[in-house]
Amino acid sequence: MSGLPLASVPDPVLELRNVSFMRSGKVLLDHGNLMLTQQGRTIIIGPNGAGKSLLMRLAHGLLEPSSGTIVCRHNGSGTPRQAMVFQRPVLLRRSSLANVTHALALRGVPRRIRRNQAEQALARFGLTHLAQRPARILSGGEQQRLALARAWALEPDILFLDEPSSALDPAATKAVEDAVNVFFRKGTKIVMTTHDLGQARRLADEVVFMCCGRILERTPAATFFDTPTTVAAAAFLRGELVLAPWESPTPLTTNG
Amino acid sequence: MNSHDPFTLALSLILSGDPGLFGIIQLSLQVSLSAVLVASLIGLPLGAAIALFRFPGRGLVITLLNALMGLPPVVAGLLVYLSLSRAGPLGQFGLLFTPTAMVIAQTLLVLPIIAALTRQAIEDLWEEYREQLQSMGSGRVRAIPTLLWDARITLTTAVLAGFGRASAEVGAVLIVGGNIEGVTRVMTTAIALETSKGDLPLALALGLVLLALVAAVNAVAYLLGQASRRHMQ
Ligand SMILES: Nc1ncnc2c1ncn2[C@@H]1O[C@H](COP(=O)(O)OP(=O)(O)O)[C@@H](O)[C@H]1O
Ligand SMILES: [Mg+2]
Repeated sequence: MSGLPLASVPDPVLELRNVSFMRSGKVLLDHGNLMLTQQGRTIIIGPNGAGKSLLMRLAHGLLEPSSGTIVCRHNGSGTPRQAMVFQRPVLLRRSSLANVTHALALRGVPRRIRRNQAEQALARFGLTHLAQRPARILSGGEQQRLALARAWALEPDILFLDEPSSALDPAATKAVEDAVNVFFRKGTKIVMTTHDLGQARRLADEVVFMCCGRILERTPAATFFDTPTTVAAAAFLRGELVLAPWESPTPLTTNG
Repeated sequence: MNSHDPFTLALSLILSGDPGLFGIIQLSLQVSLSAVLVASLIGLPLGAAIALFRFPGRGLVITLLNALMGLPPVVAGLLVYLSLSRAGPLGQFGLLFTPTAMVIAQTLLVLPIIAALTRQAIEDLWEEYREQLQSMGSGRVRAIPTLLWDARITLTTAVLAGFGRASAEVGAVLIVGGNIEGVTRVMTTAIALETSKGDLPLALALGLVLLALVAAVNAVAYLLGQASRRHMQ
């Protein structure tokens, strides 16, 4: 094989092989296959109940798949560091600063450097003046920024975000999107769901479209929004209701 | 009001710092605070463990713990009496009618309160924090100190409730302590005895102190509740 150019396919950072998830007899994720590379912002979209949150929880390791395998790799070998930001931030009943130092403690960062690192993370997202404030009395937007700062302190290779701005006003949404790009510019892999198509257009480098517990396509953003591969995605982009195959005669996947 | 009015006499007993009165108050506080301390050291981690771990018979343990919150003090006293009496399993230590016996009996009364309230508080908090803590790499064991600290206000209220119950009960300390003057006589048993003897000023003085203590405990619990509403969400 010598003499052939090395394959230019970048290393996958996250790979799902035939991953299914079942609960009480219902198939909530049906043989999901997905390969994500370190580069770029992957935005997962699809109708409510499609299984987007489920997919992220499986990928992040919060849920065990019923079958199939999930492989995370970093630079070809090591385990990537992960962090997740949820739709409603879960903050400890402590000061903003203590929320970040606690996360660093869980990560095993020595006590004497925790405070300094936490302060840097708060500063990065403009939260220095709120460091001593009890986290739970911050506004919704400030709380989500604190959740992002906490994730930042953990220096993740992959950051999962599950509809991080769906409960926020436009200004706070802008702050979240800016924060996502701060991670992105640092080289963090972004995997995010949103129900806001405008946000998907603003942020996506590639789009994963899910419907009815299935991963239907993974398409570069440049083509997805104009010419999605599947019928279901086209219908979703037109703002139509997308029904599961057993509820509708329309096929989900053949290109119409 | 003349100076023989029991209420006036009670006040003057308190204000003059009557040594008999204050000896009784001191022993009461020693016994009840010791019982609450021991019950907290056992009950807080026990309640947290029951909240976080699944094991066979867990439902039964929780039901039992909740039921024991209402354990009648005389029954607790009787159980400890039977264990500590000469023929009982712990008879050889000669603890009956000592303050130690009273601490044991009150611990038995307070432990279910602290453990049951802790279990409930930690379980609710774990439900809320689980995914986030798991995401940050915290297992259940590592979560225990995190959750105990974050539930600190609720848990303090639970400990105060335990102290309120210990300091106000009479049945358990009477049975295992025997109400011996200068040795095991505490506020509640003294009130019962002095009232029956007709020494109303002393009974009333102790009653006032007890009432103030219970009121103070409740005031602290109330203020903690207010503080938590302002600062914790
Ligand atoms: N841990 C779980 N146990 C059982 N059912 C679940 C679980 N998580 C999600 N579901 C179900 O799976 C389906 C997909 O949910 P979800 O992933 O939250 O959809 P969405 O795409 O809107 O994020 C829903 O029907 C939901 O009720
Ligand atoms: Mg969701």
